[in-house]
Amino acid sequence: MKSVIGLEVHVELKTKSKMFCGCPADYFGKKPNTHTCPVCLGLPGALPVPNKTAIQWCVMLGLALNCKIPLTSKFDRKNYFYPDLPKGYQISQYDEPFCLKGSLKLDNGKVIKIRRVHMEEDTGKLIHATVGNEDVSLIDLNRSGVPLVEIVTEPDFDNSKDVKEYLQKLQQIVRYLAISDADMEKGDMRLEPNISISKDGSLPSYKVEVKNINSFRFAEKAIDYEIKRQLEILKNNETPIQETRGWDEKKQKTVSQRTKEEASDYRYFPEPDIPPIRWTQKQLEGFRKQIPELPHFKVQKYENELKIKVSDAIRVSENIEVAQFFEKTVKIGSKHNVSPQSVANFLLNKGVNTSNITPAELIKTIISTSTYATIDNSKIKKAVEKVLRENPKALNDLRVGKTQTLQFLIGKTMAEIKEKIDTKIIIEEINRQTK
Amino acid sequence: MKINVKHVAKLANLPISKEEEKKLESQLSEILDYVEKLNSVITKGVEITSQITGLENVVREDKTESCLTQKEALSNAKNTHDGLYKVKKIL
Repeated sequence: MKSVIGLEVHVELKTKSKMFCGCPADYFGKKPNTHTCPVCLGLPGALPVPNKTAIQWCVMLGLALNCKIPLTSKFDRKNYFYPDLPKGYQISQYDEPFCLKGSLKLDNGKVIKIRRVHMEEDTGKLIHATVGNEDVSLIDLNRSGVPLVEIVTEPDFDNSKDVKEYLQKLQQIVRYLAISDADMEKGDMRLEPNISISKDGSLPSYKVEVKNINSFRFAEKAIDYEIKRQLEILKNNETPIQETRGWDEKKQKTVSQRTKEEASDYRYFPEPDIPPIRWTQKQLEGFRKQIPELPHFKVQKYENELKIKVSDAIRVSENIEVAQFFEKTVKIGSKHNVSPQSVANFLLNKGVNTSNITPAELIKTIISTSTYATIDNSKIKKAVEKVLRENPKALNDLRVGKTQTLQFLIGKTMAEIKEKIDTKIIIEEINRQTK
Repeated sequence: MKINVKHVAKLANLPISKEEEKKLESQLSEILDYVEKLNSVITKGVEITSQITGLENVVREDKTESCLTQKEALSNAKNTHDGLYKVKKIL
């Protein structure tokens, strides 16, 4: 028995305008139905024209995920009826998406294959309510037509932890590219896992899609619940039915929503209103150049070239603003004998707000508050040796766990060195010598 | 070719009567048979296309334009509530 999980992730792009019209794409918290026009309302005779920036961002994300970019691509209509979709079809991509066959590597070395990255439009927002005595659904079409990128993986996951890590890495890349805020709570990033269980390692005959997951935590819980539920069914020698289920946070379980339609029921066909897109190699090279150095490259560089601890390298590169600030500071620091590690220490442990300080100012602060970089390690070592030798009682107290003695020993060592230095280095040295 | 008219009607969200179902079944079959004639054309060496306009890369710059007012947007709706379209409860 092995879980087989594939992911569909939707990321809403933060372009200024919508995917196929000039309405503002920023709908969050706006008065309902004030960001619409004939195109995104699906009125007859309206002509959709693709947003150049949205398409470029989609391709850039594909490149960042190691995808191949076909030189030609087109849009298709995906037909279905639902009140949040005024046209009766969604403009999406079917057999010629912008990006194909990519991958993303997890920290444990496992490579998740990415089947495709394609461009589509978001639907309107439904609110279920009771008006008068009537149960109704209310529709706000401000979100209708907002650019949406869908990233589809192969069914390469077998546990929820890897799914969570993949999502976090994907979110980080999207934020590095500055193409979406990718906030799951706000719905900028949405996850739909397909989950099934294989008895013998082959691909199962069914899959269950889970919707309504709006945080990393829910993703883990919903997947774990669904695996348990399906195992129960399989234990009774039955096969779970192919369907869409929703995660119910209150009940802490998934609930059946509807039996899944076959792909052919969407009756995809080429969007006749939008001519195909063709790239030149030169254009694609241009997109590639716009991609900033990505987090996993930064971590490698910081660890190997700047010689900082890998755990710190990961934290410093968590977001691109901090990473870029770090790099500038390191550069200035190198002229003042301040090591990259001490810059990282300061950034990570002193709660530096990088928008309130310049890299040069930070270097000054580091120099004035600690002489870590200029003090010779052997000098610290000798001082600690001397202090421990001269204070056997304190040393003994420390060994039996009286931690308050540590402060005393630090003070003694400081006095011995006669210079202001970072106490953390002294603590490290004391720990080393008393182990 | 036999066609499941009920299924097609459901996908197209069209209510059809029993008589219509019968009539449409033969009509749709005839249409398909007619279109099937295309299969006899030899298309070897012809590039696959989904568009015959010859146009490519028709895109717009990412700029915002003015929108309809809420009142205008809702003006064709059968039912509204508080600036929203109102439909029978779904799901």
